Amino acid sequence: MTGVLLRAAHVTRRFGAFTAVDDVSMGVHPGEVVGLLGANGAGKTTLIRMLLGLIAVTSGRVELLGGPPDRERRRRLGYVPQGLGLYGDLTVRENLSFSARAYGTAEPALPPELTGQADVLVRKLPLGAQRQVAFLAALAHAPDVLVLDEPTSGVDALARAALWDTIRAQAERGTGVLVTTHYMQEAQQCDRLLLMSEGRLVAEGSEADIIGSTTAVAVRTGDWARAFAALAAAGAPVMLAGRAIRVANADPAELAEALRAAGIEASLQPVPATIEERMLMLSRQARAS
Amino acid sequence: MTYSVRSATVRFGSAMALDDVTVEVPAGSVVAVVGGDGAGKSTLLRTLAGEVSPDHGTVQAPPRQRLGYLPASAGSWAALTVTQNIDFVAGIYGLAGDELAARRAELLDRAGLTSAAGRLAAQLSGGMRRKLGFIMAIAHRPDLLILDEPSTGVDPVSRIDLWRLASEAAASGAAVLMSTTYLDEAERAAHLVVLDRGRVLVQGSYDQVRAGFAGALTQADQPVRAEWCWRRGRVLHEYWPLGDPSAGTTIAPDLEDIVIALSLARRNAVPS
Repeated sequence: MTGVLLRAAHVTRRFGAFTAVDDVSMGVHPGEVVGLLGANGAGKTTLIRMLLGLIAVTSGRVELLGGPPDRERRRRLGYVPQGLGLYGDLTVRENLSFSARAYGTAEPALPPELTGQADVLVRKLPLGAQRQVAFLAALAHAPDVLVLDEPTSGVDALARAALWDTIRAQAERGTGVLVTTHYMQEAQQCDRLLLMSEGRLVAEGSEADIIGSTTAVAVRTGDWARAFAALAAAGAPVMLAGRAIRVANADPAELAEALRAAGIEASLQPVPATIEERMLMLSRQARAS
Repeated sequence: MTYSVRSATVRFGSAMALDDVTVEVPAGSVVAVVGGDGAGKSTLLRTLAGEVSPDHGTVQAPPRQRLGYLPASAGSWAALTVTQNIDFVAGIYGLAGDELAARRAELLDRAGLTSAAGRLAAQLSGGMRRKLGFIMAIAHRPDLLILDEPSTGVDPVSRIDLWRLASEAAASGAAVLMSTTYLDEAERAAHLVVLDRGRVLVQGSYDQVRAGFAGALTQADQPVRAEWCWRRGRVLHEYWPLGDPSAGTTIAPDLEDIVIALSLARRNAVPS
């Protein structure tokens, strides 16, 4: 499979007077994992729903596997929505059998962790196991394109690593993967990132491309809570990375002055920015324009 | 003042939700509980909040009217506006008149919700709804604030607002216990507790947890022992509990690595 698997060209979607997605162009190629980032309400889910043919575009064009996202092409797609898309009142086996028949494929074998749960109602399973079932249902027909909306929200670190193993294995066999996440460590596992803010695609590329020349100032102090409050009150775009206070795109001299005025002792050091900081900067700019 | 759950065991039928768990929450600090779905986070929080009685063990918590609790579910009423939600809950705790109006305005401002005051809770974004739940839990200035996954599904920018609210509550003297699935948030807390299947896998400050990590971690393209490996991006990390790696480059673990390594050690030693 070559070419672009999933493509949006100047896609816009309005709901009444509200523009949810504004002139977005993007693509997903075979074998790559593309991360779609953005704040709640940035337009990520609306964009995905258009790419999948679940809602119509207002203007522009979407292509799935080289054509419109019709039923025939959607058979070659695997999709795990945020709500997982399972039937809670059906058992694990019934869910898998239903989705296998819808895609015209064989019912997948259960992994060892789920073999004892075949006849359990899905709503009675813990969330982590439900996620596993949703992945199995989405992958049984060996899709060419895989779309995952916050696939690991709420699962533990070990289960998250296992789900990423599955995602990577799919990419290695040529599937193109589009994944949304709020988890920055997860964004770092993607080959390429797309960053949306207020409906627009505001940055694209590797982590380094997105961060670009943005820098930050790390503030080291014994009392991070007070320093954080003082800097936020001074209007600085304050972030936390672990316990370190960081301020993106700031002038160290101005920060030092704000801290001195609040009577807080701290040392300031310029550092490279993180994706989260770049997101905060871009969303502030998008909101201001 | 330090609130606590000591040697707590909680069973739901035959399921062991908490197994001999001790956690202390001192006034003025934020304690974070991390773990996945089913680890026991909510049960621990509900035990401290008095919603669950432990089968064994003791609970030290302030009287109910001095406690603030944000449950994992909505925490607000969808059919009420932001203002009505706050007024209703604050009213239960006896806030009224000018005092209520001033407190409401202050909290809305700190949460960045002032412009949404007249909106129905049903019309808020996920991040805004969690912030509303938070300020409802804190409106009466509780001595102990218990927050069940305030930031799950909330975007990174709103998560920062939530952390500022939690840290300000601690800075003004409250004891704060919060659960999260984001490990970078747990690093931020004064004390972190990693729960796994009802038991404490490790707890302490981030520095203590790192210093106490035994064994070695390597990075390689190919695993030596598949059952001790996990993927981080394009490379694999492998844990050597005895600190005797036979291959790969030794690297320093971050919290994510430590939690996965300890979970694996428990899984590989105790078949479930």
